[in-house]
Amino acid sequence: MSAETILFDAPGPRARRRHAGIAVLGGLLALGLLAWVLKKLADKGNLTADKWSPFLRADTWTEYLIQGLVGTLKAAAISIVLAGALGLLLGMGRLSHNTALRWSCSVFVEFFRAVPVLLMMIFSFNLYAIYQVFPSEQLALAGVVTGLTFYNGAVVAELLRAGVGSLPSGQREAGLSIGLSPVQTLRTILLPQALTAMLPAIVGQLVVVLKDSALGFTITYIELLYQGQTLGTARANMIPALIVTAVIFITINYLLTVFAGRIERRLRQRGHTSGTTPTVPGEAPLVAMPPGALGIG
Amino acid sequence: MADLLSKFDVLGAFWMTIVLTFFASIGSLVIGTVVAIMRVSPVAIARTLGAGYVNIVRNTPLTLIIVFCNLGLFVNLGLNLANPASHTFIVDNNIRLGILGLSVYHAAFVCEALRSGINTVPAGQAEAARSVGLTFSQNLRYVVLPQAFRGAITPLGNTLIALTKNTTVVSVIGVGEASYVMASMIEFRPDVLSLIFLIFAVGFVILTLPMGLVITSMSKRLAVKR
Repeated sequence: MSAETILFDAPGPRARRRHAGIAVLGGLLALGLLAWVLKKLADKGNLTADKWSPFLRADTWTEYLIQGLVGTLKAAAISIVLAGALGLLLGMGRLSHNTALRWSCSVFVEFFRAVPVLLMMIFSFNLYAIYQVFPSEQLALAGVVTGLTFYNGAVVAELLRAGVGSLPSGQREAGLSIGLSPVQTLRTILLPQALTAMLPAIVGQLVVVLKDSALGFTITYIELLYQGQTLGTARANMIPALIVTAVIFITINYLLTVFAGRIERRLRQRGHTSGTTPTVPGEAPLVAMPPGALGIG
Repeated sequence: MADLLSKFDVLGAFWMTIVLTFFASIGSLVIGTVVAIMRVSPVAIARTLGAGYVNIVRNTPLTLIIVFCNLGLFVNLGLNLANPASHTFIVDNNIRLGILGLSVYHAAFVCEALRSGINTVPAGQAEAARSVGLTFSQNLRYVVLPQAFRGAITPLGNTLIALTKNTTVVSVIGVGEASYVMASMIEFRPDVLSLIFLIFAVGFVILTLPMGLVITSMSKRLAVKR
């Protein structure tokens, strides 16, 4: 954030001195906290070389972390594709003129938005196990993908509905007045624009999918967190292993967030849609908000 | 179904979910408000620290945070949040570690919700406050934040609903809330799997649906009329 904010005056010499004082004090406090944490970690022997040297060995990465990362990315990729397809169908269903279809899609969406992903994962995992739907080595993956698909499909449906809602009503009216049917209008005029307008939010949802794939941990899916914990047990370096796991997750998700921001800026420059990514209307915002800042999983 | 409910403590499980939600929502509201104030403050280092907190926490899976609270903070670093002499120590400690993890995670979202609430306050309000000589903290306390909280009811409420659902993650460290009890029920009665899932799914619908309705009506009622 720049100094253009209107929450406080441009600091004069005295305010600047005071801010410098607070900054030094706060910095010292933060450094002190950091030193305390490091001391705590060191007291339990977490900072010794043999706790961290496993990360220099190739087999730590090939046998544990890379395998886990592949598992995480695989589950996330399958889920986002399926969730996108499901969301598209549900979103179109909710915008349909057929009352029965609209209602059943609404109930479906609201139900799966209300049910925690973890419950859905545990249920589908056990369901597949009992009815032997998938081979046993694919059971956990199927459970994770099912949980993620249903929840995120419902979220994507909501995003699409919001995207269509954000389009000016003239778009729809124009489509109908040149003789397109309501479904044709939706498919060829409204949805493409809504999808473009919601693209940053959908990329933001990818972060949620990636994070939630770590829930597969509870149904023994071999993903990054699972492998991180196994590594921590095998090499007796639980804290370093969890820290490295977290860093990998944070890096990937942060890059995705930055990517979403890029897309949003480009869309705004190009203006290929008459829809707007929903922001607060009215005057210039007091604080700059990144896209997908409110996406929560 | 009656014998399922009498044999397993489903209500107790949901009570634990509510307890976790209650304490974690207070914790995350406190931490989130502090971080939000840091992120809009005139001191650059506070802004950086606040933004760093949000970016790190928001991009970490909640499951990892909860596992770290147990294996890292408790097992490795020996952080005790309950009386070690008490015979319910493990249970109490895990509940409190879970609340800590949930609070830390959702604070990042509360912070962003509050910042979006600050955006609903017209710039003229903050400018007027400055022009009558209010300092930054007075400006926040008397003018901006009271309106920001009211404007942030919807995103704050969404965070609360997400928090309610996310309490299920605490089952990974063995807290006996809804998903933990559901998993153990399925283990004993796999023959009625779908019924068990339906009971818990409906339980969460019952918990979150009224929340959504109350939030919608509150956000309309409390919104500052402009």
